[in-house]
Amino acid sequence: MLGVGIVKGLAETARNFLGSFVDKERLVTVQYPEERLPVSEAARNFPFLIYDGDDKEQGLRCVACQICEKECPPRCITIEKSKDKKPDFVGKQQFYPAVFDIDVSVCMSCQICVEVCPFDAIRMDNAFELSTTDRFAALLWSKDKLSLPNEHYLAIHPTEAAEVEARRGEEKAQADAKKQQSPVAK
Amino acid sequence: MSTPFFILAAVTLAGAWGAMTLRGLVHCALALAVAFAGIGALYLNLGAQFLGLAQLLVYVGAVAVLIVFVILLTRGGDADAPRLSAASFAPWPLAGLAVAAAVFAVLGWAIFHSSAMLSPTAAAPQNNIRQLGVALMDAYVLPLEAIGLMLTAALIGAVVVAMKEKP
Amino acid sequence: MQPSDQVFVLLKHWLVGQSPSMLQPAVSILLTIVPILLIFPVLFALTTVLERKGLGRIQNRYGPNRVGFFGILQPMADAVKSLTKEDIVPASADRAVHFLAPLVLLAVAFVPYAVLPIGRNMIAANLDAGVLFFFAIGAISELSVFMAGWSSRNKYSLLGALRAVAQMISYEVPLLLSSIGVIMAAGSLSTVEIVEKQAGFTGIFPHWYVLTPWGFVGFILFMIAATAETNRSPFDLPEGESEIIAGYYIEYSGFKFALFFLAEYLGMFAISGLGITLFLGGWLAPLPFLTWIPSWIWFFGKLLAIVVGFIWVRGTLPRLRMDQLMNFAWKFMLPMALVVVVAAGAWRFLPQGVTRWLISIAFLAGAYVLLARGVESRNKIAKRTYRFAE
Repeated sequence: MLGVGIVKGLAETARNFLGSFVDKERLVTVQYPEERLPVSEAARNFPFLIYDGDDKEQGLRCVACQICEKECPPRCITIEKSKDKKPDFVGKQQFYPAVFDIDVSVCMSCQICVEVCPFDAIRMDNAFELSTTDRFAALLWSKDKLSLPNEHYLAIHPTEAAEVEARRGEEKAQADAKKQQSPVAK
Repeated sequence: MSTPFFILAAVTLAGAWGAMTLRGLVHCALALAVAFAGIGALYLNLGAQFLGLAQLLVYVGAVAVLIVFVILLTRGGDADAPRLSAASFAPWPLAGLAVAAAVFAVLGWAIFHSSAMLSPTAAAPQNNIRQLGVALMDAYVLPLEAIGLMLTAALIGAVVVAMKEKP
Repeated sequence: MQPSDQVFVLLKHWLVGQSPSMLQPAVSILLTIVPILLIFPVLFALTTVLERKGLGRIQNRYGPNRVGFFGILQPMADAVKSLTKEDIVPASADRAVHFLAPLVLLAVAFVPYAVLPIGRNMIAANLDAGVLFFFAIGAISELSVFMAGWSSRNKYSLLGALRAVAQMISYEVPLLLSSIGVIMAAGSLSTVEIVEKQAGFTGIFPHWYVLTPWGFVGFILFMIAATAETNRSPFDLPEGESEIIAGYYIEYSGFKFALFFLAEYLGMFAISGLGITLFLGGWLAPLPFLTWIPSWIWFFGKLLAIVVGFIWVRGTLPRLRMDQLMNFAWKFMLPMALVVVVAAGAWRFLPQGVTRWLISIAFLAGAYVLLARGVESRNKIAKRTYRFAE
């Protein structure tokens, strides 16, 4: 009968309307910025450099091998090796990056730099509230802005970080064991 | 002959003048709509409520829209091609003026000899819509039915003309 | 009547008395017109918020809730936005007509309020032919819609304008026919008299025309035709955002766009006001023990109820296609409106009692069933036939 469908439709919308006041679960809106949806573990946005311990300069894992700079598809990483060396987490002397710049407006979050880094030095962060008013200078991030502590990595990617920690723990144990066996390494 | 009359007359004449002289057919049609509205307002000024409102409803609301549709459907894209300039048809303004003068003379004669002028103190009709309705149903019912039949015939004719042939 | 009912009338008389006698006609006219020019745009602002929040709740989301308390100041933000946006006129557009179209539309949208009785003794112009005046002015708005669409020199804009004008003309016929029943029953074209004829109660039922069989069907037809006249969903194909971008006001930006919006909503209020006057008893109270509530509160209450109804229908029904729209107007609503006129005539001339109810209802129900069958038979899709290659 003509009109019955319309009446049923009106009843349905009325139910929706009145129900939205009674039952809060009907309204599926997440009122950003007061409420935020939880981010999954595999979410990634832009890279960051990891440092161990408290010192940004001394604990930086990156040894300026420049593999990520060569592998980066849009070539947004700029690295300049330092002239001197500093010890890494097993004690070996390594170069470190004097300049490590990532142009975040170019970076496409492909994670290739993370995949090729042999030193677990660069990982993907998941911070996305990064808007600035300066289109050029504020989106060229230097080493200082990119360095974040290992605790941050453990917090955002727990399962990955657990595996990295286990591997690095083993390597450090092996290096320590070797040092024990040959006490004066010269 | 009061101020409202002069203003309305000026608007109507401006609309009619625009309908004659504007470039662009659609502009002319819109100016004609202004002239119709002015005539409707003049009827209202004279106290003929039903006639004035019917003029607005029918002429401005339907006939002007019809004219515009006709322009678009027949001329379509070149609806605002520049019109014929007056210089290429020199005798035409004179002929137009002569015809206008003749029409004016006939109208003037008709008005001055009509019964409305012979009894200038006739009382204004009270509740003229009711009288109009009664007259339509009473004295003029045959013309009303004839007009109804004619309009039905026109409607059916329009539908037949516009109908696509079934293959 | 009580002072609260006539408070605005008394206020106006006092203010006119206070002004010098030379200016009294002008002051009287201004005091009649200016409240109309103030109240209905404010109502428009409130309606935009109400609509967005209402539609949001129907669609399981919040409406705007950032600007004021529960988003009530959203119209202020919208006004600032539309005033500060750049006014772009296309290079090949017809500048004079492009500029005039929203002005004409807005002027024509305000004029019909003169014949709506907002309360007892509260009408701007008590014309003898009030209803005819309303429809005449409403017919002029079609021309301005066409002006808007044509002056933009845009094919889609022109197409939208032609469709809008065709829709408005088609739905004007059922609109007028369904109000003819009321005019016949009231015996007058004056809105004030139509409201007064609906006064009085039998038991607790008021004598509103909507509570008669022909009045009920007539009211529904009137409201459907009113929805179509003001290009409101589900008849908003000419301005549908996903169909033809914005129809006849594609090329308008900033304040002129806001004026079109304002004109559309004002038209909606005006035609709802006329529907209230004709069918719902204007400023009359619905129950005999509620007559102490002032008349203008009843009018605005009923207007609010109808606006809520418009919003509800907008949130429920999908948009009608152009051919479905036109078929509905000419093949269903026009015959139904004619049957309403016949039923109203039968009601007027039969004596009071059960007979006239039964006869009216029989006419209307029979016509509805037959016409509904006609509509549904056109919707049936033919069975698919296949021709295979030999």
